[in-house]
Amino acid sequence: MNGVPAEASVNDVELKLLVEAIYHAYHYDFRRYARASLRRRLHAAMVRFDCQTLSQLQGRLLHESDVFAELLEYLTVQVSDMFRDPSYFRALREKVVPLLRTYPSLKIWIAGCSSGEEAYSMAILLREEGLLDRSLIYATDINPNALRRAEAGIYDAAKVADFTRNHHLSGGRSSLSDYYSAAYDRVIFDKNLRRNIVFSDHSLATDSVFAEMQLVSCRNVLIYFDRELQSRALDLFHESLCRKGFLGIGLRESLRFSSHADSFVEVSREDRIYQKADLR
Amino acid sequence: MSLHFDHPIEAIAIGASTGGVEALTRVLPALPADTRASVFVVLHLPRERASLLVDVFAPRCKLPVREVHDKDPIAPGTIYFAPPEYHLLIDDGPQLALSMDEPVEFSRPSVSVLFETAAAAYGDRLLALLLTGAGRDGAAGMQAVQRAGGITVVQQPASARMPQMPEAALDRISADHVLTLDEIMTMFAALPRAGRA
Repeated sequence: MNGVPAEASVNDVELKLLVEAIYHAYHYDFRRYARASLRRRLHAAMVRFDCQTLSQLQGRLLHESDVFAELLEYLTVQVSDMFRDPSYFRALREKVVPLLRTYPSLKIWIAGCSSGEEAYSMAILLREEGLLDRSLIYATDINPNALRRAEAGIYDAAKVADFTRNHHLSGGRSSLSDYYSAAYDRVIFDKNLRRNIVFSDHSLATDSVFAEMQLVSCRNVLIYFDRELQSRALDLFHESLCRKGFLGIGLRESLRFSSHADSFVEVSREDRIYQKADLR
Repeated sequence: MSLHFDHPIEAIAIGASTGGVEALTRVLPALPADTRASVFVVLHLPRERASLLVDVFAPRCKLPVREVHDKDPIAPGTIYFAPPEYHLLIDDGPQLALSMDEPVEFSRPSVSVLFETAAAAYGDRLLALLLTGAGRDGAAGMQAVQRAGGITVVQQPASARMPQMPEAALDRISADHVLTLDEIMTMFAALPRAGRA
């Protein structure tokens, strides 16, 4: 009889079992998430749920009704900003919008929208460019609470100074304050922006293509996936884009794990904006 | 300063904050061209200046200097800087990974996030070095490195431009080495030959 295995390898076994348990019991698939981030988030959850081991956490999430919903917050929630990386939005205005104008109607997919900041940023940009009325923005995420927050469009007033600065740097032609009203320590974004946004549940790990898009923006989501899941997500984007459709990803992300990497051409290398090649 | 390691050092993780550019400008060029270890650096900087890191350090260093992109493979004898606004993690493989999770100890990138994940990936084949800085980032990470059997080196607080970060680590662990920058440079110069049994 051997002794117990080393702590690190026990943690690995527990992590694999935990993500399997979540998949089988709740149908959320974290099995192909990058391990180091997942491990850190689960350790934060262990502290919150007062568990000594991941096995204990697994027991609780399988047997207690409220645990998984809260755990999902730990596993998925990201902090975001409006017009994060202003140069990305500037490049969209300068290099992508002129081509979007040529379409009579537009479908745009914000994949992994979290609490909605990027969806509202995109809606404001399209309004400024006179394209919002002919656009439908699909903003998707796997976390139902994040989608509810996104739909509410309410943000901490303390973040508005950063949002405003980013919006200005992105080439914004209007004042950001035209789009929200302030109350106490919160701001709420204009309902009219939301008329053209559909917030909905969609998993890049398990769901498939749902519409043909002219633009897909998925930023700082792929970094949480391993190479195989990155490849699945990028293939979904490729499949959902129309001929000559555009794809934007995070500034430190790449297309190299996609089986279609060669069929995208760079529109702005610095800003990670690509166009699906016109294959004849 | 002589070093005796039982086994080769595969990775060096370095954390620095205020005063870090000057400290790294001395320490990183001391790594010889035949260094086998991969070197990971988290340096807290104002956002606007951070992306100049490669331009600043590459001409001074004998090893190639890169700013990390997600899922980059890890090459030996290469210096990797965390990009501005992202945590740098060492993932299973090992390979490089980034995250936009919340700041840790008010910092993103965070030294502790790098140290903890590097400790998990490299165990006793890691050397972690904590340099000058205000705040407490890196202390928890140093503890993780020590627990995993890695070598812990802390800049001697009195010799640091800002002693708080080294002191915070020394409050939590008894470091293997507490050194001045000159001593760290000597240690780095001897590294390719240290640990070769």
